[in-house]
Amino acid sequence: MVKQRPGAPTRVDVIRNLLQRFAYLGLILAAFGLMMLGKAETVIVEEVRARINDAFAPILEAIAEPAGTVRGYLDEGRQFLAIHEENQRLTQENQRLLKWQTVARKVEEENVVLRDLLNFKVGPESSYIAARVISDDGGTFSESMLVYAGNREGVKNGQAVVTGEGLVGRIAGVAHRSARVLLLTDLNSRIPVMIEGSRARGILAGRNEEKPILTKLPPGSIVSPGDRIVTSGHGGAFPQGIPVGLVSAVNDALVEITPYVDSQRLEIVRIVDYGLDGILDRHRLRTDLPKDDIPVVEPKSVPTSEKMRTVVPKPGMERRPSEP
Amino acid sequence: MKPAFWQRLDLWARNISPVGLTVVLILFSVVPTHIPGYASIVPQLALMGIFHWTVFRPDLFPIWAVFLIGILQDSLSGAPMGLNTMVYLTIFGVVLGQRRFFLGKTFFVEWLGFSIICAGAAIQAWLLLSAYHVHFIAPGPVFFQYMMSMGVYPILAWVMGRWQSSVLR
Repeated sequence: MVKQRPGAPTRVDVIRNLLQRFAYLGLILAAFGLMMLGKAETVIVEEVRARINDAFAPILEAIAEPAGTVRGYLDEGRQFLAIHEENQRLTQENQRLLKWQTVARKVEEENVVLRDLLNFKVGPESSYIAARVISDDGGTFSESMLVYAGNREGVKNGQAVVTGEGLVGRIAGVAHRSARVLLLTDLNSRIPVMIEGSRARGILAGRNEEKPILTKLPPGSIVSPGDRIVTSGHGGAFPQGIPVGLVSAVNDALVEITPYVDSQRLEIVRIVDYGLDGILDRHRLRTDLPKDDIPVVEPKSVPTSEKMRTVVPKPGMERRPSEP
Repeated sequence: MKPAFWQRLDLWARNISPVGLTVVLILFSVVPTHIPGYASIVPQLALMGIFHWTVFRPDLFPIWAVFLIGILQDSLSGAPMGLNTMVYLTIFGVVLGQRRFFLGKTFFVEWLGFSIICAGAAIQAWLLLSAYHVHFIAPGPVFFQYMMSMGVYPILAWVMGRWQSSVLR
């Protein structure tokens, strides 16, 4: 019998090595396949993701809360140092707001009277679900975060996520007790918005960068820095008039928006249940619309005599390039 | 026999600790910190775990664990499913081939090695992400994330080194 050195590979080692190589290749292919499936918006990938998130959500929630407490103490210390300036600022702001309050009261009363006169129907009532943010936004790879509320709280895909300051994003992916919020800044985020002053409608598109841009504005609409952007309510997912952000820069190529909400400081958000089907309804997603094609309401100035239809040729009727 | 059972359990717990630690690192990297600007440059903690354990204890860091760690990272961070998985698997393969180079060298060499590997990972991730979205993603955050990872690595490597010498047998 040949005596082997302790370090020399035995037959078992060789086979193990070979198996490992196969496993390596297989797993790389599996990862690639997952990416492809994910790109194709396969339900099963989203389901798997939701399940994993759900399993880890309680742990994340447990870590997020003490982290929040520590941060609270630090913040308090910092505020204590700036208490005098803060007080002055708040006094000034209070004076200003008191003036606005008077205006708002007057306008509100007027509004009630006018609505009565016109027999005006207010849109559906919204209800809110409060949820704790349990993960940071995905950083480089995506702009989204997890919240600790899901199916069991009644969260649905496509619902708007807001704070007191304005719109955060929308729900994209719901599990039993957790849900993923797609932030305004994500590359896949498209929100129907309008410029508050001129009511010109557009789409707010994220770019995976700090500031999203305003696109699909009707030609000739005037935008200037400082304009307020609010949700337009088109597409049936969001209530109208949620503050979104300010126009921060305008040039030939694009209109940049600074969102009101700083997504990195979020602790608790509110999920708006507007009582309508969201844009991300699964059944509507299954239609032949491209993924990020939000049904945009056509501007009224263009009268369309007949609706656009997709004409599907009957089998055997298609024209082949080779035919005359 | 009771003692043997407990001993085995003890050994088993020690042996899965590298993978366990890496999972904890993933959780730490997704917990909200609320530090302005930090979220977009949060260091690739899981990558450090994978690098360290693949170099020093590949016997306790099987390939399927790398796969599962990647899946976990992808699903928690909201990245396209499979993206980090592919990056981690690549890193695992490269490091496993070169690990003899790192063994017995000074920490500086290890750090240098990590910086090269991590740069490769960052570029791969950026390319994959751009291809996935069919859109040129701004490379800035990826670069800063890389710098951040480089800065954090010595601290984490020290912790993992201590763990290795005290807990693992």
